[in-house]
Amino acid sequence: MSGLSRDELAARVASDLWEGAYVNLGIGAPTRVAKFISDEVEIILHTENGMLGMGPPPAPECVDPDLVDAGKSPVTELSGASYFSQAESFAMIRGGHLDVCIMGAFQVSMQGDLANWSTGEVDAIPAVGGAMDLAVGAKVVWVMTDLLDHQDQPKLVARCSYPITAPACVTRIYSDLAIFEITSNGLFVRERFADTTTEDLRALLGIPLEELQ
Amino acid sequence: MISKVKASAISALSDIQDGATVMISGFGHVGQPVQLIDALTEFGPSELTIVSNNAGNGVSGLAALLSTGKVRKVICSFPRQVDSQVFDSLYRSGVIELELVPQGNLSERIRAAASGIGAFYTPTGFGTQLAEGKEVREIDGRNYVLEFPIRADYALISALHGDRIGNLVYRKTARNFAPMMAAAASVTVAQIDGLVDIGALDPESIVTPGIYVDRIVVVGERTWLHNGQFIGSTS
Repeated sequence: MSGLSRDELAARVASDLWEGAYVNLGIGAPTRVAKFISDEVEIILHTENGMLGMGPPPAPECVDPDLVDAGKSPVTELSGASYFSQAESFAMIRGGHLDVCIMGAFQVSMQGDLANWSTGEVDAIPAVGGAMDLAVGAKVVWVMTDLLDHQDQPKLVARCSYPITAPACVTRIYSDLAIFEITSNGLFVRERFADTTTEDLRALLGIPLEELQ
Repeated sequence: MISKVKASAISALSDIQDGATVMISGFGHVGQPVQLIDALTEFGPSELTIVSNNAGNGVSGLAALLSTGKVRKVICSFPRQVDSQVFDSLYRSGVIELELVPQGNLSERIRAAASGIGAFYTPTGFGTQLAEGKEVREIDGRNYVLEFPIRADYALISALHGDRIGNLVYRKTARNFAPMMAAAASVTVAQIDGLVDIGALDPESIVTPGIYVDRIVVVGERTWLHNGQFIGSTS
């Protein structure tokens, strides 16, 4: 069983974005999607710290300390960019104006519950940022992740054991082995990568899984 | 003639009492009113509650204030950072209390205080640990959590330029929490890179009208700017 590298997966996610979409890329792996958006497709990136029209990282000599993304990494400003306050930025998110948000995950349940803010460990410092707002607010929430965690446990599960970020919000999971769709009729495999089979995925996950027809 | 300009950061903050709630703008270091925080750290009221998106980075600014032990509680959305060691240690030793608030709820709770809203229902956080014990309500088939305003005794914010009556403009993503915090505190102190003549700011482009700003401290242009324009990285 084999699958895609992080960059290959980021390119696959990017190919599903459409002209005119307003998109928020979460901290971590989803940030890579920006590198693979085709020059021929105009997509406007939102960053929740207060900007639309975010561009790629700058050259080192052009790093502007007043211009960062949600992960506090330096970014640039594209033509047509705009800046706004946190209240405006989250009104945009909660108000259903963002077309797509792509986030990482610790776990996603078959019902689309997302867990990506806390592992629930007793001595961990909790932090949530904008994850809960993005999960309930974006029109579409996609997760981009490895299918297995560092202990080789599946991240796509019957029920989340980690504290959830929002219930029933994820509709699609882009993983290194396959793309899954979460629907009211159950969990479906939309696309498999490399030599991974649906039987492999069923064995790995141990939850009901159908091929998308 | 109105002039909200104060001679120094210390003189602008010297009436902050022990036990005060103080909002501090910024997203990490970006838009953090460093000189005001340093003055607060030096001048030293204690038992403070700090409202800010993060809980300090590295050992300067907000982290330095926390390290004095004069902060009792932090209300923020994202304390855990690779360089949040000062907060982490205070939190683990039980010295500091944390109220963790989703970022959009934090900004909206501040905005609610700023605009006289008694409370509001938000979908953010519903069904999660952060909504435990809070009132919930279904409206048009969707679930919401009741959240209350956060107001403060003081707001310490940072802006690019201002005039003597307190009109402010910001720069890029450094705006972040400053406009709402300015309006949600009894006393708002803004540090600005440069003071401009009244009338010099385009009225159509003023982001924070001067009614929200009580005191101005001019701190000088930051090293990566010249006349408000970016001149290149200093690192």
